[in-house]
Formats: sequence, C-alpha cells, structure tokens
Amino acid sequence: MSPQSESGSAFDSAYNFAFLDEQTKRMIRRAILKAVAIPGYQVPFASREMPMPYGWGTGGIQVTASIIGPDDVLKVIDQGSDDTTNAISIRKFFVRTTGVETTESTADASLIQTRHRIPEKDLRADQILVFQVPIPEPLRFLEPRETETRRMHALEDYGLMHVKLYEDIAHHGHIATTYAYPVKVAGRYVMDPSPTPKFDNPKMDRMAALQLFGAGREKRIYAVPPHTEVKSLDFDDYPFELPEWQDVCAFCGAEDTFLDEVILDDRGKRMFVCSDTDHCSERRAAGHAGPALFDGEAAD
Amino acid sequence: MMASTAPAAGLADPVLDSQHVYRAILSAFAQPGRISQVDRLETAPPPLAPATAAAGLTLFDLATPVWIAPDIITDAAAGFFSFHTGCPMTDDPGTAAFAIISGMDGASLARDFSAGTPEYPDRSATLIVQVAALTEGHGRRLTGPGIESEHRLDVTGVSPAFWDLVGANHARFPLGLDFILVAGGRLACLPRTTKVES
Repeated sequence: MSPQSESGSAFDSAYNFAFLDEQTKRMIRRAILKAVAIPGYQVPFASREMPMPYGWGTGGIQVTASIIGPDDVLKVIDQGSDDTTNAISIRKFFVRTTGVETTESTADASLIQTRHRIPEKDLRADQILVFQVPIPEPLRFLEPRETETRRMHALEDYGLMHVKLYEDIAHHGHIATTYAYPVKVAGRYVMDPSPTPKFDNPKMDRMAALQLFGAGREKRIYAVPPHTEVKSLDFDDYPFELPEWQDVCAFCGAEDTFLDEVILDDRGKRMFVCSDTDHCSERRAAGHAGPALFDGEAAD
Repeated sequence: MMASTAPAAGLADPVLDSQHVYRAILSAFAQPGRISQVDRLETAPPPLAPATAAAGLTLFDLATPVWIAPDIITDAAAGFFSFHTGCPMTDDPGTAAFAIISGMDGASLARDFSAGTPEYPDRSATLIVQVAALTEGHGRRLTGPGIESEHRLDVTGVSPAFWDLVGANHARFPLGLDFILVAGGRLACLPRTTKVES
C-alpha cells in the first residue's frame, strides 16, 4: 500500500513521509531556524544514522528531509551533475520516501540539494539550496579542539585564518586555496562554504535563495539567509581572485562557467566541459556549440 | 493545570500540515518582515491565535520547555500544547525554549529569557508575540540579512516596550532572542539580525 501525498504522488508507506520520524524533523527544523537567525554560525544538532554512510550527504539529506513537502520539486546535483551516483541515489531516496516530483532543470526546482557546486543559473527567492558538508568548521585544520574553535568564533578571533592565507602567499606567491575557500557571513562568522570551488563563492554573496548547510557526521547545521553578504577572506594587496581558464566548454562553448577536465586517452588528450550539466544542455538546446561538436561535425 | 474539557483539535494531518506550517515559518525567518499565511488550523483555544497554535504544534515537543505569559495562559491553552506536543510547561521564563506573550504585555516581554551564550548563541528563546495586526509596505523600516534593501512592516497591538526590546536585542548579536509575530492566521518574524527603525 502506498499512501497518496497531497500532490497525488505515491510514496513507500513503510517509512514516515521523508524517512525521518517527526521528533527528529522538529529537532532539525528548530536548529535550522536558529541557523537562519545567526548567519554562518554552526548549530549543533542530533544527527541521525541514515540508510547510507557518512560522506554520502547525510547532513544535507537530513536537512532536505526536514523541510521537503509534497508540493516541492527536487533537484539533486553532485559536482554540478544530475546523473552521477550520489545525485541519483539521493534523488531515488526522496522519490521513494516522499513521492515528490524531481527535475534536472535548475529553474523548475523549488529545492536543490547539492554536493560541492552552486548552479550557474541565478537562484530565486522561492528556491532553497541545501549543501552537503563534510567538515563544517573552517578552523578545524588550524585548531583541532572543538572547545577552542568554538571560543575563537565566540571572540571573533579569526587571526589564525588570515595567517594561513598569508602563509599561502609566502609559499606560493598567491592565495593557493582553491576550494572550501573561507568566507565571512554578514560581517561576523567565518564559514566554510563546503568544498565548493572558490569559483562559486561570489554566487553565495547576496544570493536571493536561502542557503542551508548540513554536516551529518560532524552534526552541524548552518545557513545563509537571502540577500546576505558573503565575503571571501583576502588582503587589500592580495584581493580574492577567480580562477581563469584558457579553454571553453567543449560542448557548449561557454567561457564563464566552471569547467571539468576530461581525460580522453593515455597520450594527454583532454577536453574541458561544463560541470553544471543542466546549464550546458540548456545552452546547447539554445544553439550554442563548443569545439568538440565542431570537430565532430568535421569528422563526419 | 487539568483541562476541564477535551483539548481542542490539533492539525488534521500532523505530518504534512506541520511541514506546511514549518515552511511558512522558515520563509518568514529567512525574509524578516514578510508575512506568511498559516492556514492549517482554523481555530485555537482562546486567547491563542490560530497561527500561534499552529506554530506551537509544529515546533514544540518534549525537548522544548514552553512559558506562557500569565495574561494568556489558560487551562485550555496549556492543555492544548501539553496534549498535542508533550512539551513541558515552565514557570521560569529563563529556562523556556519558547514563550507565548501578548504584544501589549510589556512586563512579560521584559522577563529574563535566555539569549544564549557566546559559545552557543543558538541556545536562546524564541518568543511568539501575539499582536493585533500585521501590515506590509508601510510602518517600521527593517534592514539586515534576508532583506534585499529595506522592508516595511507595520505592527499594531504592541507596547512601546516591545520595540525597545527588539532594538536592545539586535544590539546584542550574536546573542539574542528571535521573534515570531502572530496576528490571527498570519505571522512575520524578526530574527535577532533584523535592525528595526521607526
């Protein structure tokens, strides 16, 4: 027997709607409200064991399960892609336990769960972006003790993080941090944007959508409300810089997207393609074409 | 504190209705001053507003001590939440995770609620404040996270002490209380990050 949810879709009645029990959802829901009220601050929560291992997005899944409703349209991405193992298994999990409609289109989704990317398309105020976070504490590799990092956040003592970025400059001549690049939220808390590439940091700044972060193993939830300042840490003489590519997307020709490198053979042949698969296919549908497609046509 | 009659009915579908109400509250928290309609509970035991009752059924449980101000608390109101959520009722505002207060009740608003600690600012109370009416588009000027440039919210049925409290509360950030303002079936939120100017 599969009960009907409000939107008429069926879900597996062996489980409560969205898998979690109601007591757990309430606990997580309260934690999310406090996270929104204190932007960038990590709220401890009683993370549950989920039917998949830590590292598969159990934090993001618990956040999504606590807010999702029958009217939501869910999109799940892993490194920008809708069709990798992690994205597919999480999407299937929610289809089975909620019966919600799913989509690969960024524009059609009301709820987007992501592992390590932010979609290229601007998000709207009626959308929520849920991040899967492995290590929520930006200071953890600098100071292993939770009691100390918590005090550092309380005292707004972020000197150590600036020393780390300075040492990058001393060793490499530039800030060599390329992902999980630390940000300051609303001028107060330093936050780990999860291991998104620093290319995505500017998208977090004043984003119209609510951003929620869930770390299952580390048992933390944090948030960035809409239209909130998210500033990448830097120095006056070494400002935050975006990575630059010589290449364009081989499929759609985009020059302004985050590109994945694809190795084509064992003689060093490679191509670069958009990491955001939905954005790339939308561009191709609109008639844009990259060098790989031109080459393909020439070979025919 | 035994209710003399059976408690009023709760949410018809506790799972899906509480999810619906929660999204309305989350949206109101994320966009301070925006009014959310909470329509899953038609009536509530007076003097609770329907949105107060719906928010309570959505957020309260065994882990959240609830304090209800003396001029609002009735056997029916306390019994309603105890029966449906199992939340402990407390006489000590300092231990409350949630408090329900009338916006006109300056004395209760001034009670010593928990604002969290520097290490754990999330361990703070959320105040559900019942007011006469909420109107967007004019009134006080709100700025802060969740608001693009500024937002206007007019609140009737609150004492001047309430606005003093909201101002002092904002100044304590990251410590502080968070407010859910309720008028009938509508609610708007003022998290501690929101700056309010007249």
